[in-house]
Parts: sequence; C-alpha cells; structure tokens
Amino acid sequence: MKYFDYLEPTTLSEASLLLAEYGKDARALAGGTDLLVRMKRQALAPRYLINLKRIPGLASIEANDSTLRIGALATIRAVHTSPAVRQQWAVIGEAAQKMASVQVRNLATIGGNLCNAAPSADMAPALIGLGAQARIVSSSGERIISLEEFFVGPGATALGQGELLAELIVPAPPSNTGAIYVKHAIRKAMDIAMVGVAIVLTLDSSGKRLNEVRVVLGAVAPTPMRARKTEDVLRGKAVPLDDAVLSEAAEAATAEARPISDVRASEYYRRKLVGVLVKRAAIQALERASEGRVVAN
Amino acid sequence: MKRTISLTVNGDLHELAVEPRRTLLEVLRDDLGLTGTKRGCSTGDCGACTVLLDGSAVNSCLVLAVDAHGREVLTIEGLAEGSQLHPIQDAFLEHGGLQCGYCTPGMILSAKALLDENPHPTAEEVKVAIAGNLCRCTGYTKIVESILAAAEKISGAGVS
Repeated sequence: MKYFDYLEPTTLSEASLLLAEYGKDARALAGGTDLLVRMKRQALAPRYLINLKRIPGLASIEANDSTLRIGALATIRAVHTSPAVRQQWAVIGEAAQKMASVQVRNLATIGGNLCNAAPSADMAPALIGLGAQARIVSSSGERIISLEEFFVGPGATALGQGELLAELIVPAPPSNTGAIYVKHAIRKAMDIAMVGVAIVLTLDSSGKRLNEVRVVLGAVAPTPMRARKTEDVLRGKAVPLDDAVLSEAAEAATAEARPISDVRASEYYRRKLVGVLVKRAAIQALERASEGRVVAN
Repeated sequence: MKRTISLTVNGDLHELAVEPRRTLLEVLRDDLGLTGTKRGCSTGDCGACTVLLDGSAVNSCLVLAVDAHGREVLTIEGLAEGSQLHPIQDAFLEHGGLQCGYCTPGMILSAKALLDENPHPTAEEVKVAIAGNLCRCTGYTKIVESILAAAEKISGAGVS
C-alpha cells in the first residue's frame, strides 16, 4: 500500500467536512474488505484515508413495528445475526449470509457493500425490493433518497463530495408478503454473484392474487436494477402461478436484463440464468407469502 | 507519520508505533515476531491470516493495525497453555487435520470462533465456519472431523 495520511473523525459532520475538503484525494474507510484490497493492488492510492469507525452510533440496528433502521457501519455479520432484522426483514439477513466468509462478514459493513456499488453487491437487491431508503448526510444537512436511485453506475453512487451514507431505512412489508434473495455463484462462499435475484411479493387480502411485486436483479446491469416489465407480468396474477405466467416472467427478465460478459459468466449465460432464477425465486417467494411467514427464511 | 497504538495480543499489552498503511498481519509477524499467523493471498480470500479480534474471526490482512488500536487479538500462539495444547490443536493432531500446516493456524482460529459461539455444531455448520479458510493439500474431511472431535473434547472437559 502507498503512503496515506490517516484520519479518525469522531462525528459525521467532521467526517463529511474532511471528505468535502479533500475530495478525490480522500477515501472513507468502513470495513475495508474492498477498499484495502484495491489499495494493495494500487488500483486506488488515496492521499487521505478517513476511518469512519470512530464515529459512535453508526453501527446500530433498530426496529419497531413499522421501520427497520440499519446504520451504515453495521457489519454484514451483525445484519445476518440481528434479531431486529429477523422480525420482518429476514430476507436482508438471508442476503447477508450469502456474502463472502465469516471473516469477511465480521469486517465488511452494509454501507461499504452499498457504497462500493458493485453491480453484484449482495446487499442491494433485497433492500431495493423492500423499498429501502438511504439517509445521506453532509456537513450542511441531510437528504433521504430511495436506495434504487443511490446506484448510478458500476462503482458510482449518488453521493456528492462530502456526503456520507449514514443509514438504511426499510419499511415493514405488508402482511401476506414473501421475499427471497437467490444468488448463483460457483461456490457458496467467497464468491461473487453471476446473477442475484430478489423478489418481494404481496398477496391481496383474499390470498388468491398477487398484489404488489418487486423484482430486483443483481450483476446483470451497470447497477442493481428493478425488472419492471417482469413485475408487470406478475402483478395481479392468480396464485398459484401457472407455468405460462412463470415462463412469461422469465422471458421478460431475460429480455430486460443488460448483462456483460466477464470472467464469471458470459452475457448469454447470464441472460439464461436470469430467467431460471426469476422463476425459482417467484415460486419460493410465493410459498413464503402463502405460509403467512411474512418475510421469512 | 507513525501512530502509537496499544494492542492486547494473547493477553499481553503492547504499545507500538506503526505506519497507518501497515496491516495487523504485518505488525503481528514483523513487529511482534508472531509468525504463526500466515500470509496467504493478502486479499481476504484464503483465511491463512485469520486471527480473533475481540473474539471474532477476521482476516488480519484486511485490518489496518491502527484500526485495531485498543482491541484484543488472539493468535495461534495464544491458544496453548505452556506445553498443554488447546483441545482444538490436540484434535487436529489426533485426527490428521493437517498436512503442510500452512492453513492450520487460520483453520484452528476459525474453529475456535465457531466453538466459542456454538459448542455443538453440525458438520454443515463447521463447513460454513471454515468456508473462508482454504486448504490446498487435501480435502476438508479430516479438518471437519477434527473440529467436531474438538467440540466433544471441550464439552466433555468443560474448558474453552
């Protein structure tokens, strides 16, 4: 690693002032499991490294009946094991469990995973599916945007200079909701998704029809993406879903995904996979919704 | 510019002056001479450098030493009591849970973190716990057997 100046702000406003002042010369350090690897490879050589972990309160996870709040510095392991997350948002813990290894999950943070903004970020699809919002702070104030809008390109977020992701705010899903995150990779552990699919669906009050449906795809576009045409296919359909509807949804997802070919999979393979996984995820999410387990795992 | 940090390693408090760009792994090996913790990939993929930081397994190659300031580190050197090996170490010997030994310190510390939290794991839970530790000599069967045997030893003897 190249030499850098190391700073340890103890408040968010101090941190954002430092980030604003040093701009592109500075990097914020959270868990470090992505950032330090890139610094070792000298893909990045920040002059200033601003460690956020001395700021109190940024790692808390709290829930009430209507809202889950996850501090940006909560570790992936904390998200995975949190009783608060398990209440109504278990699919987020399920996604956390599918990331990397115990050692990495103990270090890596949810905020770091999102701010790194890999198209394959495991924490993004389920959170977007649940309608999560990002609370962004700077020295001059704060703003809240939907997590879907947070991603603007590979490695790029909506954060402006001096802005920090402070917290994720996730509304409780309606009753009769089922959710799942399906990840396909060669290994179960320590591997990056070739394709990730989150589906969150809610049955109507009769339990016989799909009311709201969200389909979010990872690793098949420059950012995690909502598959809106696929959602349109599924919305309002009678359950159990018949094969024709599932095939139509799979075809829609295959068509609207915009994958690239890379070391993990070809564009062709990813498109095929998206269809398979959307079908599988829809069936499993529906099972969960029908069992009345809300967002169970 | 170097920073002064305090670090409790295997129960001993150390005051150290370190450059912020140095990792916990480098400081353990090069400054404290604790070479039981191995450097493998340096990117958090292999788990050879696993230590316990405040009781949690982490890749010490992905932790800046300055970021470990004020915290407790357990390395493989801190497990035995004098010449008395820790039951996990004993179990690895008895069950042939190692060949070249390079991954072993990391394996044993991942096992320790697991058993501290879950004293009676299933084989599947053991596999999840060591999924971030690569062994390139052989398969993982004997390693999993060793860890399951260690769990029995520990619960039988009432030690941790």
